[in-house]
Amino acid sequence: MQFPILSVLIFLPLITGIVLLFMPAERKTLIKSISLGTASLILLLSAIVFFSYNVAAGGYQFIEKAAWVPALGISYYVGVDGIAAPMVLLAGLVMFTGVLVSWGVDDRPREFFAFMMFLGSSVLGVFGALDLFMLFFFFELAVFPKYLMIVLWGSPKTRNYSGMKLTLYLFVGSMISLVGALAIYFGSGLRTFDMIALESAGFSLVFQRLWFPFVFLGFGILSGIFPFYSWAPDGHVAAPTAISMLLAGVEMKVGAFAALRVAFMLLPDGARYWSTAILVLATINVVYGAFIALIQTDFKYVIGFSSVSHMGLVLIGFATMNRQGLIGAGLQMFSHGVMTALFFSVVGMVYDRAHTREIAQLGGLFRKMPVAAFGFIVGGLVSMGMPGFSGFIAEFPIFMGVWQAAPVVAVIAILGVIITAAYILLVVRRVFFGELPEGLSNIGDVTIKDKISTVLLAAIMIAVGIFPSLMAPMISSGVDHILALFGGA
Amino acid sequence: MDFISTHLLTLILFIPTAAALLMLFLPKDRVNLLRWWAFIASLIPFALTLLLWGKFVPAQSGFQFTEQAAWYGVLNASYHVGVDGISLTMVLLTTLLMPLAILTSFNIKERVKPYMILFLLLETGMLGVFMALDLLLFFVFWEVGLVPMYFLIAQWGGANRNYASLKFMLYTIGGSLGLLLAIQLIGVVVGSFDLLVLFDKWPQVTAISLPLGLSVATVKAIAFWAFVIAFAIKVPVWPFHTWLPDAHTEAPTAGSMILAGVLLKLGAYGFLRLVLPLYPVEAKTFAGALAFLAVAAIIFGALAAWGQTDFKRLVAYSSINHMGFVVLGIAAAALAGNTPDAVIAVNGAVLQMFNHGLSAAGMFFLVGVIYDRAHTRDLNDFGGIWTRMPVYGSLLLFTAMASLGLPGLNGFVSEFLVIRGSWPILDLATALGMIGLFFTGAYILKALKLVLHGPLNERWAKLNEISTREILVITPLAVLMLGIGVWPAWILNVINRAVQMWF
Repeated sequence: MQFPILSVLIFLPLITGIVLLFMPAERKTLIKSISLGTASLILLLSAIVFFSYNVAAGGYQFIEKAAWVPALGISYYVGVDGIAAPMVLLAGLVMFTGVLVSWGVDDRPREFFAFMMFLGSSVLGVFGALDLFMLFFFFELAVFPKYLMIVLWGSPKTRNYSGMKLTLYLFVGSMISLVGALAIYFGSGLRTFDMIALESAGFSLVFQRLWFPFVFLGFGILSGIFPFYSWAPDGHVAAPTAISMLLAGVEMKVGAFAALRVAFMLLPDGARYWSTAILVLATINVVYGAFIALIQTDFKYVIGFSSVSHMGLVLIGFATMNRQGLIGAGLQMFSHGVMTALFFSVVGMVYDRAHTREIAQLGGLFRKMPVAAFGFIVGGLVSMGMPGFSGFIAEFPIFMGVWQAAPVVAVIAILGVIITAAYILLVVRRVFFGELPEGLSNIGDVTIKDKISTVLLAAIMIAVGIFPSLMAPMISSGVDHILALFGGA
Repeated sequence: MDFISTHLLTLILFIPTAAALLMLFLPKDRVNLLRWWAFIASLIPFALTLLLWGKFVPAQSGFQFTEQAAWYGVLNASYHVGVDGISLTMVLLTTLLMPLAILTSFNIKERVKPYMILFLLLETGMLGVFMALDLLLFFVFWEVGLVPMYFLIAQWGGANRNYASLKFMLYTIGGSLGLLLAIQLIGVVVGSFDLLVLFDKWPQVTAISLPLGLSVATVKAIAFWAFVIAFAIKVPVWPFHTWLPDAHTEAPTAGSMILAGVLLKLGAYGFLRLVLPLYPVEAKTFAGALAFLAVAAIIFGALAAWGQTDFKRLVAYSSINHMGFVVLGIAAAALAGNTPDAVIAVNGAVLQMFNHGLSAAGMFFLVGVIYDRAHTRDLNDFGGIWTRMPVYGSLLLFTAMASLGLPGLNGFVSEFLVIRGSWPILDLATALGMIGLFFTGAYILKALKLVLHGPLNERWAKLNEISTREILVITPLAVLMLGIGVWPAWILNVINRAVQMWF
């Protein structure tokens, strides 16, 4: 029997989290060390999944299956395809760097790291799930730790409001998609939650058109689709650094990934019917989100809204329903995940030292924290879609896909690029260059752990940007299967 | 040795990047080490380019020293590089100006390490544009070169650098959006980004199966203008030039040298390498408009230069004026296609690109020399400098004359070729352009008079003469200006063959 690598990935953080909760609260260093050890292991295992995925063979790999509730057709069924494998790596990366930059957490670290581990287990479970019920199970597992982490460790002023808002939005979202999922379960007549079986269930056209919006919107809320995005900037900004990284970097991808896996792949004809509507909404995401980011005065809100803008491109890529668009969307999920994790980590480093996020009160920080500033600039270039960085590698095929689906969307959405360039250049200049305010003259550089995290994330974005073949062929192999479901090539 | 000769272009392209990466590990306070490291690192590509020039066979048609490797296979884009006579000339210009610009930058005292790293990265970005034989690769290098230039202006620039750098960046990124869209469109339609494939297929495309709702001719015309605007901004062609005076004026001296010397050529190169071969029909249709813009650039550029009181701004506007002749030659070729006159015009345009690279870099350098000493660039503040700095004065006079187009120096040869070639094709535009030449003489003489002649302003009684290092920078430029002026055949041989093949 092969090593159950996906199960280990999914349950290792869960078990670590439970163990942490039973540890004495005052052993803070030990708690952090255990968390870092687990996170390193997760990163290692996720890298193994990514690099040992056989691109030539394609399809679902590392499959494990066991009966769970056979009476209801529920099984424990995991496996990754070319789309999910990069997502697993992303989750590993953000867990690892999230723990690194949270080393300074001094307020109840035991619960902090335990909840973070639960969150990691949840996202890895979703990315690995091939059973619809299991996907929901892990999807919902995140709600509780997310809420608590924002409310307990978030920015004091807004955490109650934002935590509540985020939780309610996502709760409504999962209710809606649960209704859709149950409809799929009963409508298929197969009485199974096995998604591979459901892929070929042959739902009627009317059924697909009726239920697609439920499933898609339910998950789409978590990916920040317009007009249901407003929980995202509020929640991301209120959350503590590592949770912002996980929320924007991974959780939003969980939403998009689940929308792809359940809505698009199980109900392709419904998707085709609704794709124009999705294109319109997602285009608003891209352009409107960028405009709102441009006028923010709070450093963290700039990044919060930039995520709304960039996730729009992922959804646009899905809605094109063609090869290039889907490849681009897969790449963009990874690229944006790494980028926004880096962004939020640097914002956190700045805030921890300057104790303000008002852009007007910041400045000249390049001299104080050059590595963090360098990382932020690399993230900015990715965000702008600058060639040579992963953002370009992702956005270019998305636009190629859009040309085939709806050329007018390409012409409008490209405006997002120039607006993004404007807000990124402005925020980089105002925060990292220019005069250092007097109050900040004594702040220190970031820690070595912060530097490792920053350099790792930046290096990955450059590597994917220069060598797209590190990731694109894998995603392409995943797209082959999706296109077959769409009845295309 | 074998590796070197089969990977010559890749080596030239990436040695600067490799040197920049290694530089990260050098100590930041060893300023002299950093300077010499960067200088030597930029000399190696120059030496390799000379080797390239020696091995290049002008009589052979097509691209030489081609290399192809897998890159973005999912989109059918590859790392495909190669040079013909046109790009080889531009590669030589780039690798020649780079060490000179770095030598100029030896007076940079603040944050030498990031400065030099950015400069070396900039070199790779520019060279990549000239070497790329893949449209996507072309775009990658086209954009990525902006980043180091942005930071060079924003961090080491003059007082108004924030405004100028942001304007430069947004203007050029904004201008490239259309290009980006058009490249995506071409990629979707043809299914490849390889230029050799595109040259063959894209002009023949007669049906586009995309939900555009427009005729193929309209789509191609829009795509043509998307290309033209992106390149016109870079050249810059009037009325897309407004970023240039700000960026050039605020950039540090070496940055201005490279901006005017090489970056502007990227735009003109884009016209020659992409617009004319990919859009022969559209280019012919719109050649008149291009010629009009070229003439406007020549005349308005000269008049605007005449109106400046800032020495550096004057030189910046002169670039618009001189690059107008490049565009005029291109417009002639666009209209006439493969006729002897058009070939002469394009020969002139390419040579003018090279010549303007030399003279603009020289002029910006000499403005920098005087600014370093006087800390002002206001022409009305100078006067009688020649008596204090006779060597500087003669060098400035020499470079200015080359820029003005004095027979015997390089500018004359190329401008004459452009005019000779364009006259039978676009007589009115050429005639108007020649009036522009008159204004060129006027603003250059005005600058020379205000700086060098007249009574010595007492403020400058203690100015130091130009230093040995500075003379070392300007000498190679001056030698080439004279060399091309007297015997242009060595470079025209290389250019001509490529031009005949394409047009």
